Amino acid sequence: MTVSLSIDASALPTLPLRRQRHLAGRAMLLLAGAVAFGALLPLGFILWIAIDTGWQTAFALIWRPRVGELLVNTLLLELCTLPPTILLAVALAWLTERSDLPGAKTFAWLTVAPLAVPAFVQSYAWVSLFPGFHGLPAAALISVLAYLPFLYLPVAAQMRRLDPALEHAAASLGHSPQRVVLQVVLPQLRLAICGGSLLVGLHLLAEYGLFALIRFDTFTTAIIDQFQSSYNGPAANMLAGVLVLSCLGLIVLEWLLRGTARYARLGSGAPRPAPRHRLGAWRLPSLALPLGFAMLSLGVPVLTLSRWLLAAGGAAWRQPALAQAVTETLGYAALGALAAAAAALPMAWLSVRSPGRASRVLEGCHSYLGALPGVVVALALVTVTVRIALPLYQTTATVILAYVLMFLPRALVGLRAGIAQVPVELERAAAALGRSPAGSLLAVTLPLAAPGVAAAMALVAMGVSTELTATLLLAPNGTRTLATEFWALTGELDYAKAAPYAVLMIFLSLPMTALLHAQTRKSLGA
Amino acid sequence: MTSFVSSHVRSAALGLALACILPVLARAQDGITVYNAQHASLTQAWADGFTKETGIKVTLRKGSDTELANQIVQEGAASPADVFVTENSPAMTLVEKAGLFAELQKDVLDQVPARFRPQSGRWVGVAARSTVFVYDKRKLKEADLPKSMLDLADAKWKGRWAASPSGADFQAIVGALLVLKGEKVTADWLKAMKTNSSAYRGNSTAMKAVNAGEVEGALIYHYYYFGDQAKTGENSTNIGLHYFRHQDPGAFLSTSGAGVLASSKHKKEAEAFVKWMAGKHGQAVLREGDSYEYAIGNGEASNPKLEPIAKLDAPQVEPSQLDSRKVTELMTAAGLL
Repeated sequence: MTVSLSIDASALPTLPLRRQRHLAGRAMLLLAGAVAFGALLPLGFILWIAIDTGWQTAFALIWRPRVGELLVNTLLLELCTLPPTILLAVALAWLTERSDLPGAKTFAWLTVAPLAVPAFVQSYAWVSLFPGFHGLPAAALISVLAYLPFLYLPVAAQMRRLDPALEHAAASLGHSPQRVVLQVVLPQLRLAICGGSLLVGLHLLAEYGLFALIRFDTFTTAIIDQFQSSYNGPAANMLAGVLVLSCLGLIVLEWLLRGTARYARLGSGAPRPAPRHRLGAWRLPSLALPLGFAMLSLGVPVLTLSRWLLAAGGAAWRQPALAQAVTETLGYAALGALAAAAAALPMAWLSVRSPGRASRVLEGCHSYLGALPGVVVALALVTVTVRIALPLYQTTATVILAYVLMFLPRALVGLRAGIAQVPVELERAAAALGRSPAGSLLAVTLPLAAPGVAAAMALVAMGVSTELTATLLLAPNGTRTLATEFWALTGELDYAKAAPYAVLMIFLSLPMTALLHAQTRKSLGA
Repeated sequence: MTSFVSSHVRSAALGLALACILPVLARAQDGITVYNAQHASLTQAWADGFTKETGIKVTLRKGSDTELANQIVQEGAASPADVFVTENSPAMTLVEKAGLFAELQKDVLDQVPARFRPQSGRWVGVAARSTVFVYDKRKLKEADLPKSMLDLADAKWKGRWAASPSGADFQAIVGALLVLKGEKVTADWLKAMKTNSSAYRGNSTAMKAVNAGEVEGALIYHYYYFGDQAKTGENSTNIGLHYFRHQDPGAFLSTSGAGVLASSKHKKEAEAFVKWMAGKHGQAVLREGDSYEYAIGNGEASNPKLEPIAKLDAPQVEPSQLDSRKVTELMTAAGLL
């Protein structure tokens, strides 16, 4: 690229550059503020409904045995799922990152791969293989299988970049290898474990399809049951309020457990790459763990799906609705990704270019959405559109808005990383050469941040293409997505016809899973 | 070279994205919109037959009875629905009470006997289904079966039967119980049900559980059994059917209804569809298709495999008396919802 040095004086901005940058910042602040306002909508809805229902009715709807039952179920589910998931994730991460396990790299991939299997497909696979499998044990087992990658990814990444010097020091002070792991390695994983557990915990609260299929009642399934009996009646909305409180409870808990210890490495230069521990006689027996996990989390879905596909033959692929579902799913995914990236852009730019208290507050308003279950977002939008904004009711725009609200945090993370890599000097040069702030954003910042933007959009698209709950509640008449069709068919116990939809959802999610895996490796310089 | 390839890949991806986005944005809305709570395959068969004959396009929105009924009530005059089709009548009554149905012509109503439509003439029955107790033939003999649906509240039935309380089908049965025996009996029965029964999501899932030996019996509708027998029978090989008869609440025959929304902008086409479903062709779909619901049109026989309606000895329940809101309330109070 050559830059012409002959500058036409008349093309120079009339405003002083500094002032123009200031104005651009203000405009971004305004835009991000507008998005943050929209992001607070679901929370405002819960409050509005609580007041609208009246405290007495609200109290009667919340303070009843059924809610207690659901609360116990939810607590038991978290307690039975999180500890084994943490243990398994740490063990798998250690084996694949820090030991001389044969095929460690392959197993690292296989452990992340279940991300491509939507949780409700995982559940469908187990239910059609073992029809009597239900309740808490089933819920806990399938949750571990479906959500372990969320913990494994950060823990493995953290293990890879631990400075081995600390472990050597501990060993040289006479600690046994076991004690080194317990007292030196594990404490350094605290942040990764806390963050991953929070993500898994929130998924457990928000998931619908997984638990509906194996007959385990949580707040989310109960909300949908109520919705199907009374549309957006007060009982469903009150349950949604309790669900949001549970999510907030998890966030506070994680915040308390995270602690304030220092984890950054002291000392100069780069740490040595950590040596892989020799497993010795345990080398082959250790294979049982990653192999077992892969067989349960990937083998079972593959087995069930191929069984149904073989049973149904070519007819399964010749359903007329299949093509429509594929096109519509891709269409919604593309629109959702575009809209989410556009909505996240002002905030991402602000948090990189002009961090400060205002931008931190706004960013919080964006990020909290990640903890909000899809069913709550959907309930809020149904109520608001049907009661206030009727022209938007049952339109594509509303579904896309739901996707934006649900996946805004994902888009933000990717965009922020992308923009952070664009030197601010280039934006200033563009401004000096006469580009308006918006022009320099489009012509300079975004093209340079393209990899980050693309990753952000891919993550959103993956979320949209397997989204079930909000789509069920909000989709315009006649809509068919892979997830909703799959759900309708499993509802009629037509497992064979549902299989192609499951396979397509997995294929759509595969590239994104690979991307996520590659990204966590790259971002840590491994 | 690589940039050449990647630019082609990029434009191909962009083209694909656009090709997928456009149909989503430009959703065609010609013809009529049906809010459908009936089984998707049955209404789709009706819609296909109707479109083939008249050329009028039919778009279906799927939901459950009370969900869609409450939705129509909330939407009010702005509802995009032209026709509402349900599995059971309580949902029809809900919309009727809100004054949202248009009156139907006499020739539409007269296709069906009076017991399968409300006196108001605001909607018409298009099919019917009977309550049945499906049981595991390996575990229960005829003598062990409950004489009345109310017996299932006895302590001796604790942990032995199943139902799908979140479904509109079951809620219609509770609605009939409420009409026949009153609020006190119904509330007590539901409370006993909470301790005695296991809750499944969906009648077919409940039947499958009985067939697999997880539970001894389930209170569902008749056609799940016949539908499964017609397919592979793998979910019903061990199933026996027990009709309560004797005008017991458990012998309740539930009416599936169809009506035209007063707010519809295509009333003529909408009414034509309702007439078609209740008429000769629509009833033939019930008789010859794989839904196994009862045909109810005047002089229309049902599928010969089914127990004839006359032999069911069902209780007389005026379809518009079923109160779905009260049922939801009682079931919420009993902790079933």
